[in-house]
Amino acid sequence: MNQFVFLYRGGERPASPREGEQTMQKWVAWFKELADKGHVVDRGQPLEPTGKIVHSRTKAITDGPFAEVKDVIGGFSLIKAKDVNQAADLAKGCPLLDRGGQVEVRPVMNMDM
Amino acid sequence: MDGLGQIFRREHGRLVATLTRIFGLHNLALAEDVVQDAFLRAAEVWRYRGVPAEPAAWLLVAAKRRALDALRRERTARTFAPELERLLESEWTAAPTLAQEFGATAIKDDLLRMMFTCCQPRLAEEARVALILNILCGFGIEEIAGAFVSTRTAIEKRVTRAKKVLAESKLLFDVTAAGDFAARVPSVLRSLYLLFSEGYHGASAQAAVRAELCREAMRLTAAVLEHPFGAVSATYALAALMCFDAARLPGRLDESGALCTLAEQDRSKWDRALINEGAILLERSASGRELSEYHVEAAIASIHSRAARIEDTDWRMVVSLYDQLMALKASPIVALNRSIAVAQAEGADRGIEELLSIPDAARLARYPFYPAALGECELRRGNAAVAREYFLAARALARNATERAFLDGRIQHCSPRTVGQPAVRAAV
Repeated sequence: MNQFVFLYRGGERPASPREGEQTMQKWVAWFKELADKGHVVDRGQPLEPTGKIVHSRTKAITDGPFAEVKDVIGGFSLIKAKDVNQAADLAKGCPLLDRGGQVEVRPVMNMDM
Repeated sequence: MDGLGQIFRREHGRLVATLTRIFGLHNLALAEDVVQDAFLRAAEVWRYRGVPAEPAAWLLVAAKRRALDALRRERTARTFAPELERLLESEWTAAPTLAQEFGATAIKDDLLRMMFTCCQPRLAEEARVALILNILCGFGIEEIAGAFVSTRTAIEKRVTRAKKVLAESKLLFDVTAAGDFAARVPSVLRSLYLLFSEGYHGASAQAAVRAELCREAMRLTAAVLEHPFGAVSATYALAALMCFDAARLPGRLDESGALCTLAEQDRSKWDRALINEGAILLERSASGRELSEYHVEAAIASIHSRAARIEDTDWRMVVSLYDQLMALKASPIVALNRSIAVAQAEGADRGIEELLSIPDAARLARYPFYPAALGECELRRGNAAVAREYFLAARALARNATERAFLDGRIQHCSPRTVGQPAVRAAV
């Protein structure tokens, strides 16, 4: 099986503790489903919405990320699947999609090619 | 996983209450933001790293950290409570002072402080209940609108205006002032009673939400009982009433989710532990001289809970108690329930007599269970056709799918083939 990174972009933040808890439960259920089928290499990490950008050439450091809110990466996971199509299919179950976000699916470069 | 939801909502109330004391009532919004942030953070982190062994403790630490951040950010922009100047003196005093403010002794009465503050005379009853749900129970605007079968806009307005009033009050209620405390207990109990009633009798279609409203009301009433000034006769009576009613909740709906009348309920589903708890609380409430509406309602609920079958109910006692209730808080709904009890005790003819002479019955014009009660009595008298008309009228007033299904059943029951059926069904 090949490895893929899921990058979670954008998505509406929950508006109340109850909503937050419900969303969290959906994620937990989705991760569990993936794990039970053997697709999870690493559940990954959540990312702070703030950070820095180190620019090319000048190496100047500014506050970031510059991306639009809908593009900001909120977290990532490492998944294994047969191919990118299967990986993308697996990503369809991500709760972020119901909150206006999207999942970017990137194949990890295969070492033996 | 449902336990987690309860932890979130419980901790929300506690943390907002404590932070509001620390930041000052006029900074309620800041307190809410801090807690909100901590919770959203928890929801995000936990989905990757799993739920921690002690979720409440985790939330507390997260809230403290964000509170410190907020203090640093806002120290120049805002005024905070003067007693807490130490918090703002320097970086060095902030963290330990905050830790102290979150200590067990300090936070003990925060929940009550906030509850009593929300139940102030300048706010309408529905505003108080909405605030309690929002601040102390962690319900979002959408959720409150769903529970009260109201619109999002209406609830938002209500809550925003209410919070403005709170901010203007500047000071949290002083739970150490015995006189003030005693004066405000009635409003607090009334709000908790309304909250519970919304859960027990409310129009919202979701049974789960309504059971939650009942649970929250019971939790908060228990908190009032824990305070030396709050452990008064009326509070015990209210707590008893809630136990008896909540005990019957599991029996109200059958396996298919259909509404069951008191006569039809499978009483083995009633929560015996809650009934026993109710009995103990009722006994404790018999201490003082005052007789509140809660005492009487609890006594009525107690009689129902003691009967193994509906036939064993002491209906004459119930009628007599309703007479007392009418003297304390006359209302068309109380009169309606009394009439139904009369029908049980003295027969359908008397029941109809009472039902038709309810004072101010116009106020029941939109209440489906009024025509339904007349329908039941007529059915018992053998007038199926008349009963059917009443049930049709009731059906037109039904507020949700469960009520509609129930009344459809009663209408069907009146069709020509099934004339001459026995027992009158009392209200749920």
